[in-house]
Amino acid sequence: MKPEVIPAAELESRVKTAKEKLDAHAYETVQWHFHDSTGSPFWLEKKRELKFDPLKEVKNFDDIKKFPEFEDEWLRGGPIDRWVPKGLAGQPVYVFETGGTTGIPKSRMVVTDHWTDYENFSDTLPDKYFPRGANWLMLGPSGPRRLRLAVEHLCQHRGGICFCVDLDPRWVVKLIKKGWMEHLEAYKDHCIDQALTVLEAGHDVKCMFTTPKLLDALCQALEKKGKSFADTGITGIFSGGTEFTPQFTRFCVEEYFGGPPEESGIYMTPTYGNTLMGLACSKPVSKEEGYKISYYAPQPRAVVEVVEFDNYNQPVGYGESGRVKLTTLTKEFFVPGFMERDEGEREQPYAAYPWDGVSGVKPWRGIASSTTVGVY
Amino acid sequence: MLNIPVLRWGEPYESLEVDEIKHFYTGEPVAKVSQANGGIVKRDMNKAWKCRDILRQFPIADIISKLRVAADLYETGTLPMGDGTQSPDDFVRQQSSTTGLPESLCKANITKNSFVLRNMDKIMDCLTRGLDLNILTKGWGMEHRNVIVSYQCQAPVLGAVLPSNSPGVHTLWLPVIPLQVGLALKPGSQEPWTVYRIVSAFTQAGIPKEVFGVYPGGHDAGGALLEALDRSMIFGSAQTVEKYKGNHRVQAHGPGFSKIILGDDEVDNWEQHIDIMAESIATNSGRGCINASGVWAPRHTEEIAAALAKKLGPIEVKPPQDPEAKLAAFTVPGQGKGVWSMIEADLKESGVKDMTSQYGERLVERELCSYLRPVIAHSTSPDTAIAKKEYMFPFATVVKCAEDQLLKKMGYTLVCTAITKNEKLIGQLSDATFIDRLNIGPIPTTRLNWLQPHEGSIIDFLYRSRAYQVAGV
Repeated sequence: MKPEVIPAAELESRVKTAKEKLDAHAYETVQWHFHDSTGSPFWLEKKRELKFDPLKEVKNFDDIKKFPEFEDEWLRGGPIDRWVPKGLAGQPVYVFETGGTTGIPKSRMVVTDHWTDYENFSDTLPDKYFPRGANWLMLGPSGPRRLRLAVEHLCQHRGGICFCVDLDPRWVVKLIKKGWMEHLEAYKDHCIDQALTVLEAGHDVKCMFTTPKLLDALCQALEKKGKSFADTGITGIFSGGTEFTPQFTRFCVEEYFGGPPEESGIYMTPTYGNTLMGLACSKPVSKEEGYKISYYAPQPRAVVEVVEFDNYNQPVGYGESGRVKLTTLTKEFFVPGFMERDEGEREQPYAAYPWDGVSGVKPWRGIASSTTVGVY
Repeated sequence: MLNIPVLRWGEPYESLEVDEIKHFYTGEPVAKVSQANGGIVKRDMNKAWKCRDILRQFPIADIISKLRVAADLYETGTLPMGDGTQSPDDFVRQQSSTTGLPESLCKANITKNSFVLRNMDKIMDCLTRGLDLNILTKGWGMEHRNVIVSYQCQAPVLGAVLPSNSPGVHTLWLPVIPLQVGLALKPGSQEPWTVYRIVSAFTQAGIPKEVFGVYPGGHDAGGALLEALDRSMIFGSAQTVEKYKGNHRVQAHGPGFSKIILGDDEVDNWEQHIDIMAESIATNSGRGCINASGVWAPRHTEEIAAALAKKLGPIEVKPPQDPEAKLAAFTVPGQGKGVWSMIEADLKESGVKDMTSQYGERLVERELCSYLRPVIAHSTSPDTAIAKKEYMFPFATVVKCAEDQLLKKMGYTLVCTAITKNEKLIGQLSDATFIDRLNIGPIPTTRLNWLQPHEGSIIDFLYRSRAYQVAGV
């Protein structure tokens, strides 16, 4: 699949419209979270510490820079209720967690954001490879993460039924730290065995979510059985994470799938995201563009910026490297400028996503050496 | 600038992920090295079984003769290297530029590797204790005393996750090809040079390229090798060794903690042995696991430490091209400073004395790298923290320890040189399972006899001796 190309004037017009939409959305979101009748206890309390009045002084997206840097420590520990906006009181609340290998994990409350994120994402999936009504396999971490529920909802939203296999990344990190490499292998094999059982049980699964490492392990296991990935009948794969690199994509396309989607009938799309932001979609990846992967946030609900390493309010130039900064702007959750533990290059807007993107995402150099990445 | 591809059973593969390796002193790019992802490694290892079939088409004697040609090519030839070629001078310059080793030491390491390649017949004879090598090819055969013996190969390919610090370790995997086992190598990120040059020399000498996989890459690639193959070796820290403890598929090589010990009977003659102590500590800039990090004796320890400090302390940092350069750089930013901080902390412990402080500052920082000049410490007890330390530069602690406490306190020792005539002590050292190589008498720890199996015999690792009976039908 090739990305749509439009005349420069048309692109400029779309960029302008998108910016206006974002500004209006940012204003509404701040009004909601900081108004005494609708805001969350956390933000209403935080308002008292601010040196400005968000209700009066945030009129557009750029004004969000007035907020101090969002500290991820605020998300660790409870009570979780302090994040629930009064305007949503009484509605069923989910809690999703990230991290948690050591210490208290970061928690995020959700009402329906995870469904909305994945419904929006669904619109970007090509029906040819992700057929409506097809069944899905979700092979990855569920546990306290939102992935299982979100992927399951994506599948149901598209008219299918989702089969799930869980992999607990917290246990995987412990195995790695203890050096129990044989246990790690056994655990991975255990997960892959379950996936193969689902795929061989006649459930007509045509789409899957998985992680790069598990996709690799699944393809390996199939090859050991004398089969290829095509034999599973899966035509659409959605995956994600910093391990989803151009080289990994090329390797899968050339060696596991048997060529690009037009030849093999297998389409794989990477995504980037987390419990705080939602899902950023990828521009279609092609051999012609060196399998380059560029992500675009689901604006205006979330914004991804690439900013200077020593000035988080200053975007880098297009094509330049910087740290990834996320801003979440939904009625459920407001995060002004969360500094991700990733870095990448700033990408130009394009037809489908007329706002900035990010490519070459990898662990931020400031913490890269001390992080256990790619555990699942 | 050279572009160096991944080698997938001899076939070059240019990855979309490239590591640009830079000159440690100037920061200029030296080469672009393609990076393999773990999936590529694992997928290729599915074809590992072919390697042994290919190599068994050549009698071992024939392979050994090809290795003699490879030795000459490695030492003196201009060989294909990535998208260019490489002369011996290029090799020395390139290896020095990315590892921080002085060029003179890089040259010395060429000699080690080519010696092993050239003398592979004798080394194989020693490693196999005189076995008819055709028995390894066939799997069984008749010994001269008319008894059937059988040796079963445990893996068609040996994997090796190699370090960047000491080019000398490559001698450990050189006998693998004449043992008719293929090689899948992950070179150290700063030292791809030796692996590629040896593989290039092997293939130019007529060894089929299909038995070599070379996979530069991150932890992912190394982990995949260890996971996919039945026999691998890895070089790393004490934690790495601990991680693979008890894993019969992995031979883990960590720090050596090599030592020289002086018995009660010989310690009064310590002055005669200062040169071999200094050589053991400082050869190859102290980077190897076989470099001594401890000198243990029951008395005269402060005098020994002072004499070693006087000999090694004044060694200065010199540019890598200087033939007199003896010190290698720490090329990882902040590493030299970090190591020096750890040593400074240990030097503050009661009973510990820095014997080299009078010879000037130890930490020498440059714009892109750092150096540590030799450090000799003295410890009045074997229980201090510094007595158990080893670092990648000329560093040693002279430890005062009574002879009857020696075996209880010395701990794991890769190479132990024992200067004593005391038969009882020699017997105890010979029995000590925590000592690997044992030198009795004044032999530097760094002087290896290539006709002795090194740490973890490659034969024991790759071949299993088993029962085998034959009857006519």
